[in-house]
Amino acid sequence: MTVAERGRSLWADAWARLRANKAAMIGIAYLLLVALLCVLGPFLTPNSFSTIHKNYTRVAPSLSPYPTPEMIEPALADAIKRGRLDLAGWEQEGDRLILSVTSTREIDERVTRYVDRSDMFENTRVTELAPGGMTAKMETEVELKYFFFGTDSTGRDLLTRTLIAGRVSLAIGLLAGLVAVVIGVAYGAVAGFIGGKIDEVMMRIVDILYSLPFIFFVIMLVVFFGRNFVLMFIAVGAVMWLDMARIVRGQTLALRRQEFVQAAEALGVGRVGILIRHIVPNLLGPVVIYMTLLVPQVIILESFLSYLGLGVQEPMSSWGVLISQGAKNMPGANWMLFFPAFLLISTLFALNFIGDGLRDALDPKDR
Amino acid sequence: MARFVFRRLMIAIPTLFLIVSISFFLMRVAPGGPFDQEKKLNPVIKANLERLYQLDLPLWQQYLAYLKGLARGDFGPSFSRPEFTVAEILQSGLPVSIQLGALALALALVVGTLLGVIAALNQNRLADYAVIATATAGSTIPTFVIAPLFQLSFALSLKWFPVGGWNDGAFVNQVGPVLTLMLPQLAVVARLMRGSMIEAMRSHHIRTARALGLSDGSVIFRHALRGAVVPVISYAGPAAAALLTGSIIVETVFGIPGIGRYFVDAALNRDYTLVMGTVIVVAVFTIFFNLICDVLYAVVDPRVRYD
Repeated sequence: MTVAERGRSLWADAWARLRANKAAMIGIAYLLLVALLCVLGPFLTPNSFSTIHKNYTRVAPSLSPYPTPEMIEPALADAIKRGRLDLAGWEQEGDRLILSVTSTREIDERVTRYVDRSDMFENTRVTELAPGGMTAKMETEVELKYFFFGTDSTGRDLLTRTLIAGRVSLAIGLLAGLVAVVIGVAYGAVAGFIGGKIDEVMMRIVDILYSLPFIFFVIMLVVFFGRNFVLMFIAVGAVMWLDMARIVRGQTLALRRQEFVQAAEALGVGRVGILIRHIVPNLLGPVVIYMTLLVPQVIILESFLSYLGLGVQEPMSSWGVLISQGAKNMPGANWMLFFPAFLLISTLFALNFIGDGLRDALDPKDR
Repeated sequence: MARFVFRRLMIAIPTLFLIVSISFFLMRVAPGGPFDQEKKLNPVIKANLERLYQLDLPLWQQYLAYLKGLARGDFGPSFSRPEFTVAEILQSGLPVSIQLGALALALALVVGTLLGVIAALNQNRLADYAVIATATAGSTIPTFVIAPLFQLSFALSLKWFPVGGWNDGAFVNQVGPVLTLMLPQLAVVARLMRGSMIEAMRSHHIRTARALGLSDGSVIFRHALRGAVVPVISYAGPAAAALLTGSIIVETVFGIPGIGRYFVDAALNRDYTLVMGTVIVVAVFTIFFNLICDVLYAVVDPRVRYD
């Protein structure tokens, strides 16, 4: 497209209007930031999204590392007890702990693995073994862990989980949105362009699908397809295309009577040629607007399904899954609700601002 | 008008029939059955159960039998709750859903219209921005976030309302569910109303009314509002159907014994008859309220004629 030279083409014009719209630009910047964080963030965060830290279930968000001083004693006592030893005493030197242990039997050096098994300690060694092997001194290092968003009820890092969930939610939003747009545009354009009896039948089908209870339809698709990640895109996309089909059909009906279509017909361009060359490009404006409004709807739908337990399955996650787990852990662990809910809501706001901005920018009535 | 209503009712019957048929077969294509639980049933017992509910017959015979039952008003027995028939389950749940939905709908329409009008009359002023902000928040924040946040703030922290439960429809038990149901609808109504009211206030007949020296109140409420309310009416139809048939989220989060929660439970349990029952209820409500909407158009806007 030779858009740049003319400067006043539809798209250049729309872009200029969009750039003047502060809310939309902030929305775009925020969305890019969230997308970047969700895609790259999980590689940079300290903990993996699926690692279970059984010593840190439901710990509160904190900028300082875990374990806190008062968490060490019980964990230590627990680990030593698992090794069938008795803890005679311990002291802390910086990150290292010196333990004195006693036992009624001879102490095996391999007993250190019981201490290492805890999430809090690493590199445990026996430094001194008293003659007879009934008492020993052990040295271990405190393993520092950061949970900036806290952990969930199985002890997984919520920061990484929220970002991974964001990946899933955004990906489903975009892909399923795209599926809905493709089906909707194709269906609506064909119905509107062919017209007559076929149009009538095609739109009746849409009407009937409309009056099917929407949730039931989605649930049936999910149940039918199984809880398959990829197929869920299709299930969600396949349900959301109805509005798109209606909008596109209306636009196509209007376009079909325009002179340039008649001119193309007079020149002998075939139906398919007219559809692809003349109708579809002219539909782009409303389609783009509608798609930005569709993506947040799809994200909500996916989150809704996941909230009901029909969406993505563990250990994968989406914002809906996290929100439902957060709601179940109120009021003891409110951060489990707040962080995913905040990210979901702020992303939806950003998408709405972008959608509104695009509508203002592309609306020909406003020109 | 009577002819129009009659014609629409005549279309409604085949539509309903199609919905029933599509749902029936769509549901049966899905793998699994009502008696495939985690704990394997004794095959003999399973076969007996299937014979009892006629699930062993060919699908088309079951379909015809179901249609025959429907024609007599018989929705069949529930598979997952064998002590009740589907009709009994719907009868006990529907009034609860309708009560909550009707309250939410009425509040959303009245408050939403009012907010929309206020915003339109104060375009680009503080009141307008406040309404737009509320509307954006209401339509953006999903119900499954609003509901737990409500519980957390007003029920668990402030202890103004119970966390959930129905308690025979006590007022305090209804506040949370009604507010949660209402907020998204209110947002859309306020938005629609604002847009159409701004347009209405610029139209010629309003200028004429003002020129004739009518008071502000008369201009706004007798002349502008009447035309401006049309988009709200067309939105209210589907919204009414959705609200009155209950919401899955609101009913599960607040523990309300309505029919909304059966959608998911029944589909997951393959309780075919209960699923069909809820589908039919929703479809009937949708068709009915769309018809009411179309009739209301003609009442509100004299330019609309159906004959």
